[in-house]
Amino acid sequence: MASNGICDRVAIVGMGCTPFGEHWHKSAEDLLVDAATETLGSANIPLSDIDAFWLGTMGSGVSGLTLSRPLKIDYKPVTRLENMCATGSEAFRNACYAVASGAYDLVMAIGVEKLKDTGFSGLVTSRPADSGTSAALTAPALFSLLAPAYANKYGVDEAEMKDVLTRIAWKNHKNGALNPRAQFKKEVAKDVICNSPLIAGQLGIFDCSGVSDGSAAAIICRAEDAHRYTDHPLYVKALSFVAGPAAGPLDPEYDYTSFTEVVRCAEDAYHQAGITDPRSQLAMAEVHDCFTPTELVLMEDLGFAPRGMAWKEALAGTFDLEGDLPVNPDGGLKSFGHPIGASGLRMLFECWLQLRGEAGPRQINNGKRLGLTHNLGGSPGECVTFIGVVGSEPNA
Amino acid sequence: VADIVAYGTYIPYWRLDRRAIGQALGSPGGKGARAVASYDEDSTSMGVEAARAALKGAPQLTPRTLVFSTSNPAYADKTNAATIHAALALPESTGAYDMVGSVRSAQGALAAGAAMPGPTLVVMSDVRTGLPGSADESGGGDGAVAFLFADEAEALAVRVAAAQSTGEFLDRWRTPGDSHSRLWEERFGEAVYVPLAEAAVTEALKQAGLTIDQFDHVIVSGVHPRAARVVTARLGARPDALADDLTATVGNTGAAHAALLLASVLERAEPNQLILSVTLADGADVVIWRTTGALNALGEAATVQQQIDGGRSDLAYNAFLTWRGFLHREPPRRPDPDAPAAPPSARDQAWKFGFHASRCEVCGTRHLPPARVCVKCNAVDQMGSERLADAKATIATFTVDRLAYSLAPPVVAAVIDFDGGGRLRCELTDVDPTQVHIGNRVEMTFRRLFTAGNGVHNYFWKARPIKEGN
Repeated sequence: MASNGICDRVAIVGMGCTPFGEHWHKSAEDLLVDAATETLGSANIPLSDIDAFWLGTMGSGVSGLTLSRPLKIDYKPVTRLENMCATGSEAFRNACYAVASGAYDLVMAIGVEKLKDTGFSGLVTSRPADSGTSAALTAPALFSLLAPAYANKYGVDEAEMKDVLTRIAWKNHKNGALNPRAQFKKEVAKDVICNSPLIAGQLGIFDCSGVSDGSAAAIICRAEDAHRYTDHPLYVKALSFVAGPAAGPLDPEYDYTSFTEVVRCAEDAYHQAGITDPRSQLAMAEVHDCFTPTELVLMEDLGFAPRGMAWKEALAGTFDLEGDLPVNPDGGLKSFGHPIGASGLRMLFECWLQLRGEAGPRQINNGKRLGLTHNLGGSPGECVTFIGVVGSEPNA
Repeated sequence: VADIVAYGTYIPYWRLDRRAIGQALGSPGGKGARAVASYDEDSTSMGVEAARAALKGAPQLTPRTLVFSTSNPAYADKTNAATIHAALALPESTGAYDMVGSVRSAQGALAAGAAMPGPTLVVMSDVRTGLPGSADESGGGDGAVAFLFADEAEALAVRVAAAQSTGEFLDRWRTPGDSHSRLWEERFGEAVYVPLAEAAVTEALKQAGLTIDQFDHVIVSGVHPRAARVVTARLGARPDALADDLTATVGNTGAAHAALLLASVLERAEPNQLILSVTLADGADVVIWRTTGALNALGEAATVQQQIDGGRSDLAYNAFLTWRGFLHREPPRRPDPDAPAAPPSARDQAWKFGFHASRCEVCGTRHLPPARVCVKCNAVDQMGSERLADAKATIATFTVDRLAYSLAPPVVAAVIDFDGGGRLRCELTDVDPTQVHIGNRVEMTFRRLFTAGNGVHNYFWKARPIKEGN
């Protein structure tokens, strides 16, 4: 197997997350200071005790100075990294490995994104100079390619497909309504979702994640040191990352009903964590619902539903807060918002709250102790993806 | 002397019904429709389409020279023929030259094609514009045509005689960079043109030893419709010989028009017929052609009539104005597209312009764009190059992007799978978004995707639905 994993060798002992949304009065630096301060406070750890930092941001700053300057970090290593929409999770993953290696005792992973200063609609990314030959489609258009392909393959008619996608957005808004940190803290009626202006393909504005500003962070130490800082640490069970060969746009065998990268990443993550039946073993999952068809397909790729069945399971409420396996209990990218570099750590923050019994009105009480987080960056057929599993008990 | 061995035509998909102009401006709009280059077309891209059709008619010949003519070049100072040369994947050793600026430059290009050691590909293309409400706007048309000249036994038509006349007078003119031409009073132009035309016709008939009643096809066109009508009337040709000047269905395609009419005549001409072509543009150019027994079918390329019949006639006048830059509209809240950079465009030339994929020589997998490492077998640098411009494909999945930048939103895009292997995610064009389905068949067309803020035109290929019956 390609990865050995570091199951139960490191633990999360502190976390924080800013509210996500349109922070017109806060800069990326302000958001970093807010998230870092809350995180340090949650574990009662002074900044000077942190040995090293991993900062994830796609475009809100370059180099470790983006973090060390606002926090006035005293001559410590700060790594700035980017891995598209999995950036926050990638900061976390690399920070965990640094601790597991023995190089550092106590580290911080932090992610931030400031998207609302561009003045544009949707996500704006810059590319290296090129020959102008790749179709310049927007993210909703690229992910909307999944919907007709899925519907065609499994015989779902257009109206049924729209109901499925609407149900996913409705569920995530319903969850977000219970979350004071979410960008959109209100339920949205299904007919409003269904009739919202079309953005790309079958996707309306309510099928798209919120473009948002925000930051989230975690402090990680060796598992055996965790109780020095908190009575309720989270143990890291699995960290898996996959970059695909970008075969989808090249290879006619790829049928746009699955993320091959996610399937491979899940195999690895479940192996690391010793998970054999994710649907019954996981207390909850935070998945990358950048657009509603993404969440639909992910339910199958992550093994939460058999192939061709996720649409029925979504309609049946399997992934609702009270369902068999709650997915995106905090509202997901859809309702919590999607500040790229922060999102992976925001997902982890929901595991932190849920597995420690601190999730308030949206608390899940199914007696299970494992939470999964998942990100993907890129588009169907050519993406990077992250899956992490954390648990409230060692050797769970 | 070289003769015509192949030709191809291109009439864009869109038509503007002239009544739509009248309805918008509250004036008589005229009858019929004009052909309109789409928002993603220009004289260069349409020229490529016509040239592709022409080269299909003589696949055994490789042009030694390419000459491009238009009154409306996409670039000044840079050679537009070089873009066409690249899109046709012609050898580096083929010369490519512009003869651009005026409608008459096309007559020079045709004369050069006949005079030069061949094979010579002469590409004529135009996007005709005029101020809203003008005769140029209504009467103009967009389109392209290409003739391949060669010294071949298998010529379709031979040049029997030619004569010219030239006059310096102000009938129409345009300062470079202007969006439209200015015209003098119509009656003055008529008075100058008619004698110039008559002199050239007389000389050509004399050279050929023919009389006007011997002609099976008579084509009169030019930049002054009223003078052309008078010249036609005075020629005394057989009424059944007068060729349709496509005013009602296409409009006057400027530099392309005389040759487009000739192509249209060749499509229906019989072997061993005589054709008289009279073109009025800053003088007169008269050419006498005789068809041969080699006059053959166009193969798979569409005829002028098929392209006229296949057009889409519901273009809104405001869309037409927007496409031509006469209506400046609020842009979307999205960044302007990045200009293609020079070094990557040059490195990727075989892909960007020539549409060459790579095919793994180990396992046969096709890669679009070309790759060095095979996605299937991981072989490194064992690729052959393969041009797929003429390959057909099938839609695997698709979307309508209402957020992406476009002069004509929404952007319609699809993942298409090529016959014989290979896949591409690309834009669709000349398409009704409500009529796109998985399984639809498409073909490739060379387009101008957009013009960046620094004036660079981004040319690349799009897919378009294959018209039924073609």
